[in-house]
Amino acid sequence: MSGPKTLYDKIWDAHLVDEAADGTCLLYIDRHLVHEVTSPQAFEGLRMTGRKVRAPGKTIAVPDHNVPTTQGRENPAQMPEESRIQVAALDKNAKDFGIHYYPVTDIRQGIVHIVGPEQGWTLPGMTVVCGDSHTATHGAFGALAHGIGTSEVEHVLATQTLIQKKSKNMKVEITGKLRPGVTAKDITLSVIGATGTAGGTGYVIEYCGEAIRDLSMEGRMTVCNMAIEGGARAGLIAPDEKTFEYVKGRPHAPKGAQWEAALAWWKTLYTDEGAHFDKVVTLKGEDIAPVVTWGTSPEDVLPITGVVPAPENFEGGKVEAARRSLEYMDLTPGQKLEDIQIDTVFIGSCTNGRIEDLRAAAAILKGKKIKDGMRAMVVPGSGLVRAQAEEEGLAQIFIDAGFEWRLAGCSMCLAMNPDQLSPGERCAATSNRNFEGRQGRGGRTHLMSPAMAAAAAVTGHLTDVRTMI
Amino acid sequence: MDKFTTLTGIAAPMPLVNIDTDMIIPKQFLKTIKRSGLGKNLFDEMRFTPDGAEIADFVLNQPAYRNAQIIVAGDNFGCGSSREHAPWALLDFGIRCVISTSFADIFFNNCFKNGILPIVLPQAAVDVLMEDARKGANARMTVDLEAQTVTTSDGQSFAFEVDPFRKHCLQNGLDDIGLTLEKVTAIDRFENSMDQSRPWV
Repeated sequence: MSGPKTLYDKIWDAHLVDEAADGTCLLYIDRHLVHEVTSPQAFEGLRMTGRKVRAPGKTIAVPDHNVPTTQGRENPAQMPEESRIQVAALDKNAKDFGIHYYPVTDIRQGIVHIVGPEQGWTLPGMTVVCGDSHTATHGAFGALAHGIGTSEVEHVLATQTLIQKKSKNMKVEITGKLRPGVTAKDITLSVIGATGTAGGTGYVIEYCGEAIRDLSMEGRMTVCNMAIEGGARAGLIAPDEKTFEYVKGRPHAPKGAQWEAALAWWKTLYTDEGAHFDKVVTLKGEDIAPVVTWGTSPEDVLPITGVVPAPENFEGGKVEAARRSLEYMDLTPGQKLEDIQIDTVFIGSCTNGRIEDLRAAAAILKGKKIKDGMRAMVVPGSGLVRAQAEEEGLAQIFIDAGFEWRLAGCSMCLAMNPDQLSPGERCAATSNRNFEGRQGRGGRTHLMSPAMAAAAAVTGHLTDVRTMI
Repeated sequence: MDKFTTLTGIAAPMPLVNIDTDMIIPKQFLKTIKRSGLGKNLFDEMRFTPDGAEIADFVLNQPAYRNAQIIVAGDNFGCGSSREHAPWALLDFGIRCVISTSFADIFFNNCFKNGILPIVLPQAAVDVLMEDARKGANARMTVDLEAQTVTTSDGQSFAFEVDPFRKHCLQNGLDDIGLTLEKVTAIDRFENSMDQSRPWV
């Protein structure tokens, strides 16, 4: 293909191994991240067919979904038997197939999408896959990154390629500056609120515009992380000096002459002037407010100053879905969002478990206490984030405020480990999904930024963080 | 993977939009290291009370739909988590085909790897099929993959699109890892060229 290309086109073309007459493509995969929940059946498949891992040096494994986040977890007795078996299977598979591995005892262990960038495995222009939908996170580096199923995990292990059809190009531009109290999480939720959870289906999104450029790498990861909640295969942000600065010196980033060669190529990774996008969405940065979700779909987004909507406000199948959401969430149309009382606060996840997120929450909590009776926990995204937060004094702020200071893992984002909501328990969460039962059967989730979650922990209800800064 | 050619069976109506993979198979059932046996937990929290009793009005608990092989669903079916346990659970229950106005990308891909056919049709067609599904066990829908049609119990037919490669794999029950490994020379060549073009990878 000649003529102007999008960033997605360029990465796609650089990884095309084979294209059949019907347009079915074989795409080379540069990095394959693996965790304990979606990989055991794939390794079992390799064993049954006598196949090997084609590129063990490009395959990185870390347990994150199941692991307890409490002290003493290196003792397997802390884990329920099924979880223990799953983590033990990953231990064994990593060893048997010779892939990179960060066990639970390693300080570098953490959520796979935090560990990859932190260790320099994720680099601009790469293709990155993982058996986890939030692989979109790595798009913040200008890497084409997306989740795959277990059959595809096995396919990548065996062939280091994926069978793919090219997606369409979608541009999401956030113009101008964000207002105080508005964060990357508010951007990404607002985009989903505007496009709907199926709005990105069939597309790869490129996020651009001044407000995106102004974000740190942590913020960009938050934005791309939730591209999947908008239905897109992947989200991308063109790499720039901030990206190169973040990557430089990381353990697995290139060094010396290879760094120079890599940098020269990375600087060509941007969308050419005049390149075609099949769909364009533009939001003004100034118009974005701190937002929360009220329902059980990530598209159920409103500014914190809003009120709970009525099912009749919607059209088609969404009317019944909204009615069901309100019943599940135990909310009444017209109720002010700020009046919603919270039982629990969860700060963490691959969406908001990085150092900048902890800094933002700690800035609100400094010198304050959480509301009486509130359950609040911080689960850092990796052992290294945790150590850095301790060094910066953030951990002490959380502990003094009344938060539990946990070890790294996915934790209450999907509640596979013991960190769960009880039926009816209402949680302000910095994670990515507010589905029915997501954080525990009957649990009620409101998604928001780390600063907003910290504000809710202090007041005991959903709170406009702008009143506290 | 079992072949998919034609299927005549009961279709269960599930008009709810945004049915996510957490609903299809909640996380507590992802702790298995096997692909099999998940059908009993399909739609677990919609299908059973916390103490395991059936919730009578859930569609798959109704006598007419206990042996459904097709689901006619609301928009954006299979959104959320990439868990392939969702199609594994559907398949283990006996579902071989899901019809909707749209599917989430990863779920859609996962279906084809497991011999399940996801069919995308316009709203008007899905509305007709939803009504047909509501007729219950005596109304059987027919899906013909070769002809690419879905036919209601009263003979109304709708044509659907399917990717030719995926159709071929479904019809023949092919393992696509085997197919890709036939192209190993091209993969070798690509890796060799990367040693020059992107040696840092």
